[in-house]
Amino acid sequence: MDLIKPEIGLFVWQTVVLLILLFVLAKFAWRPILGSIRKREESINEALDSAKKARLEMENLQADNEKLLQEAREERDAILKEARQIKEKMISDASEEADNKANAIIEKAQESIRTEKKAALAEIKAQVANLSIEIAEKVVKKELDNKQKQMELVDNMLNDVKLN
Amino acid sequence: MHRIFEERKLSRANMRTTYLSFKLLVVLTLGLFVHPFTSFAQEGDSESEEAFNATDMIMHHISDAHSWHFFGSGEDAAVLPLPVILYTDDGLVSFMSSEFHHDVEAKHVVEKDGKRFVNYHEKIYQLNEGEETVEFNAEHYPANAERPLDLSITKNVAAMFLTVIVMLVFFFSLAKHHKKNEKAPRGLNNALESLVLFVRDDIAIPQIGEKKYMKFMPFLLTVFFFIWITNLLGLLPGAANVTGNISVTVSLGMFTLILIVVNGNRDYWKHIFWMPGIPTFVKPILAVVEVLGLIIKPVALMIRLFANITAGHIIILSLLGLIFILEHVGVAGISVPFAFFIMILELLVAFLQAFIFTMLSALFIGMAVQEHEHH
Repeated sequence: MDLIKPEIGLFVWQTVVLLILLFVLAKFAWRPILGSIRKREESINEALDSAKKARLEMENLQADNEKLLQEAREERDAILKEARQIKEKMISDASEEADNKANAIIEKAQESIRTEKKAALAEIKAQVANLSIEIAEKVVKKELDNKQKQMELVDNMLNDVKLN
Repeated sequence: MHRIFEERKLSRANMRTTYLSFKLLVVLTLGLFVHPFTSFAQEGDSESEEAFNATDMIMHHISDAHSWHFFGSGEDAAVLPLPVILYTDDGLVSFMSSEFHHDVEAKHVVEKDGKRFVNYHEKIYQLNEGEETVEFNAEHYPANAERPLDLSITKNVAAMFLTVIVMLVFFFSLAKHHKKNEKAPRGLNNALESLVLFVRDDIAIPQIGEKKYMKFMPFLLTVFFFIWITNLLGLLPGAANVTGNISVTVSLGMFTLILIVVNGNRDYWKHIFWMPGIPTFVKPILAVVEVLGLIIKPVALMIRLFANITAGHIIILSLLGLIFILEHVGVAGISVPFAFFIMILELLVAFLQAFIFTMLSALFIGMAVQEHEHH
């Protein structure tokens, strides 16, 4: 049958046409097209990679930020705690000192009061003695302004001695 | 007549350039396929003895020819004359096919450079020295004529050129886009690019492998698009049945075979001629089987493509031919929807066959270049 018998002419034409088409398209179409597609794919991949990297960096950055924040928070807490302690210590120190000072003042005051009192008492004693002497002097003077009385006294005294 | 034909050709060209919807295209295809039948029918009326012969009609449509017949018959037919190029014993002889005046019964003798030629069922015969007319032997073959080497631009060759032009226009435009900018193209170029990527990612890389596929990409792409576009153009009304011609598919299969033979590595040949790992006495037997397999692979390729495309054309023509065999217009009510359905199926087959041919070529090449891991 003619249908399944190859014709040399058509075979030759097909071969020649396909060969020419193959070389022309390979050189002027397939190579630039495939090259450019590959380049585009590479650039897309690169873009995706860099986007991924950027996201990772962002995540790292965020983690760092979080860490920093945490650290700062902790530091703040520590500082606050310390400050509170210092405050409390200061308050307690101050009150202690104040107590001490007050006690010392009170003691000093008591001391001076005691010495003043002693001095006053001594002075009063001396004054009283002087006054007593003056009074006694005046009384004696008044009692012994005549001879009789002086004699009487002497007698009394002598009596006392006798008694002794 | 030529003027009329020119006008018709122009109007057809315009039709091609304007964007036709898919539906319109199919309807038009079916409509124009009916044309030859109407002409046959008219002929039948005027010459009652010449009855409608479905086999002749179908063979006329699926076979190659020296002129491109569109529609009509006799002197009114719209025919594109094509150059006849013959390589005779005395060198090349060339003339236009119109010099045969539509004769395919070896009645009209063309005389050129002192040699006489006739067209007998689209085969050119050169009459022996001194012969004036063709005489036929008992098997209805010309007895006093020889066939010279026929390198004519036949209908199929012309259709092939059309495919080449379409491919060059399409892919030069795509290449131009790619040279200019790096972004993805739009429209037709985008569709073409996704097909190029389809061939690369779904055919070449899985079958041949990431390392070696690039070397075979030009062949696979060219063959894929050549077969597909030719198949699609073959579905147009009045078009040639290029990929359904055994000469064409033989050539395509030869390309695959040559690529396998040239690129087959040592391992591949070793597995063909001296299969390792089997008893020695089996090795020669297997070598014969493997060598046969090497040849059968591309032969299967060429037969598959030829048979599928030709079968599709025959089915459509047969369904429509039923109308004229049964001589009732009512049959068209069944035939036309059936033919329409087959036509749509053919659109799928056009792609499928291109895909299968490329896929199997890639598979066979992949087997030949594969690096075996020795255990």
